[in-house]
Amino acid sequence: MSGLANEPSTRGDVSEKSPSTVEESVQTGPTKGVRTPSGLRLDIRLTILIGVLAALCAVGYILSPETFLGESNISIMLRLAAAIGVVSVGMTFVIISGGIDLSVGSMVALASVWMTTLATQEYGLFVMVICALAVGLGAGLINGVLISYGKVVPFIATLAMYASARGLAERLSGRQTQTVSEQGFLEFFRGDVLGIPVLIWMLALVFAVGWVVLNRTTFGRRTFAVGGNAEAARLAGINVRLHTALVYGIAGLCCGIAAIMVVARTTSGSSTNGMFYELDAIAAVVIGGTLLSGGRGTLIGTLIGVLIFTVVNSIFTQNNLDTATQNIAKGVIIVAAVLLQTASARTRKTAKT
Amino acid sequence: MSIDPSLARRRFLFGAGALGASAVLVGCTSNESGADQPQQVAQGGGDNAAKGKQVTIGFSAPAADHGWIAAITKNAQAQAEAFEDVTFKATEGTNDVNQQISQVETLINEKVDVLVILPHDGKALTATGQAAMDAGIPVINLDRIFDTPLAYRTWIGGDNYRMGVNAGNYIAEQMKAKGVSNPVIGEVAGIDSLPLTQERSKGFKDALAKAGLQVGPRVSASFTVETGEQVTTNLLQGASKLDALWNHDDDQGVGVLAAITAANRSEFIMVGGAGSKAAMDHIKADNTVLKATVLYNPSMASSAVSLARLLGQAKGMGDLAEHEIPSSITTYSAVVTKENVDDYLDVGFS
Repeated sequence: MSGLANEPSTRGDVSEKSPSTVEESVQTGPTKGVRTPSGLRLDIRLTILIGVLAALCAVGYILSPETFLGESNISIMLRLAAAIGVVSVGMTFVIISGGIDLSVGSMVALASVWMTTLATQEYGLFVMVICALAVGLGAGLINGVLISYGKVVPFIATLAMYASARGLAERLSGRQTQTVSEQGFLEFFRGDVLGIPVLIWMLALVFAVGWVVLNRTTFGRRTFAVGGNAEAARLAGINVRLHTALVYGIAGLCCGIAAIMVVARTTSGSSTNGMFYELDAIAAVVIGGTLLSGGRGTLIGTLIGVLIFTVVNSIFTQNNLDTATQNIAKGVIIVAAVLLQTASARTRKTAKT
Repeated sequence: MSIDPSLARRRFLFGAGALGASAVLVGCTSNESGADQPQQVAQGGGDNAAKGKQVTIGFSAPAADHGWIAAITKNAQAQAEAFEDVTFKATEGTNDVNQQISQVETLINEKVDVLVILPHDGKALTATGQAAMDAGIPVINLDRIFDTPLAYRTWIGGDNYRMGVNAGNYIAEQMKAKGVSNPVIGEVAGIDSLPLTQERSKGFKDALAKAGLQVGPRVSASFTVETGEQVTTNLLQGASKLDALWNHDDDQGVGVLAAITAANRSEFIMVGGAGSKAAMDHIKADNTVLKATVLYNPSMASSAVSLARLLGQAKGMGDLAEHEIPSSITTYSAVVTKENVDDYLDVGFS
């Protein structure tokens, strides 16, 4: 638990760690109780999340004891979580920076189509991968530039991308499903490394890199600063516009990576890929304790949020329950998780005063 | 098990009947397709109806957001419940192929005996179907076909081209009977970019051409009531007089009929597609322009479950001489009219 307490989720935490006095001044806003040892509060949030996840796993285990916690079911769950997990990493950055990205699902669709056109496939594995990353990054940067330099609000800018990226994907593919014939790609991304599927490695890697960037680099601290108070961040000398553009670029890049994963799983690219990923990702991020208004959040919380949904999904699948019930359960979980967290935060506060 | 057994049997009867093998369930003596065989093979229809080895059937289909898909899932479930020796594990997918893949993987992991899969996207689920086959689980591929036969043991699905042909033939016949010399024939298609829509339209065009007729005003909706209403309103606006209209899909047909009623038009006959309960009720009551519908029936899901059971018990289809279940079965797109609608009401889906 002490390891988790180190996760600098709040501005207070960040300022404790931040070596830069400039950024420190940005983060010690007057409204937030920076002086409270927020590590403790974080502990409670994460404990609750982990508790929920553990409880769900217990339910799954009780309902189907032979299979649920088996190695293959865990692999099935993690491979399902992989794409949405990677998208959620990008979403966490965007939301911490005070924005929102509604276009992630469409960007996954566009990248998956672009990387599987016959013209791209001709060039083989590496070009396909680079194509997906470039398309994702490019679309993300367009979002970012529109938002930061064009002064379009994130909701609208990414809503436009939501519509047009999928439209372009439909145009490129002619609404056909494009099968991958490049065997090298399939062999690598559908394969294992050290007995663990490549998709799961990718998920772990993206989370690890994301965690380091968010918590151990200036870029990460600036993301918190921009999300907490953009004006203060600007006064503190942060190039807020450039930073915002880059954050959306990261979200796009994550979508490119997710597209590779989806293509590997489905052995095809299609303009219908990534439907509703934006909602799943936002839900996971919010459940993970990231503040929708920005300035605060953790990637570990996001990861647990993604896992919670995946476990629910698996429980429902294994027990033959329909999607309608599953959607209701999803809604209840989102509300319950957020209520629990705010309630616990309130208790801490009152306990202290 | 809660279902009236005679009803379940009847539903299945049609499913199998459409395949030309109407006696899989019933202990029946007729011998249609195997008629040339001087000797009946050992596995007769009677054996198949009897309780056999316990079989666990895994079922995966896309989300039931369209009447047809909903009926597919319901039919499969009901059919499985009618068998004492079947354990049914259904997963209802979303329209996210990523999720359907994990659901099929879960079923493979649970080691079901046979899988019935209606993929959201045949190409995207091919590798997963193949993984099941590789794991020794035979796959019945329902309707939307996988990329390669390696991914399924048996495919059963509908015949889009023949839907168009039968709709065209029926309309041609009616026009001839009415003595309309140069009829204006409209078409309300489904989503135009889908191969199934293209096949339906081609069949329709070919059948009309054979009778010396052609398709006049043509619009395409997207299988929803709302779009059916919109495009038909436009079509009626543009065509002041129609003699016949074929609508590809009875779900969107609710909207098509609404547009026709709103425009106060009744000078033409309309033919539907797929075979919904609502369409059949209209045909039976004979109170709208809808006079017939060509089937693309979700009863194929019932048949798929029956086939899965037989596969699991290593039995063939009673009436065929083959010891094994065939590798491909195409259902017939029958034309349902006022005259025969009573025979088909049981397969009308709501």
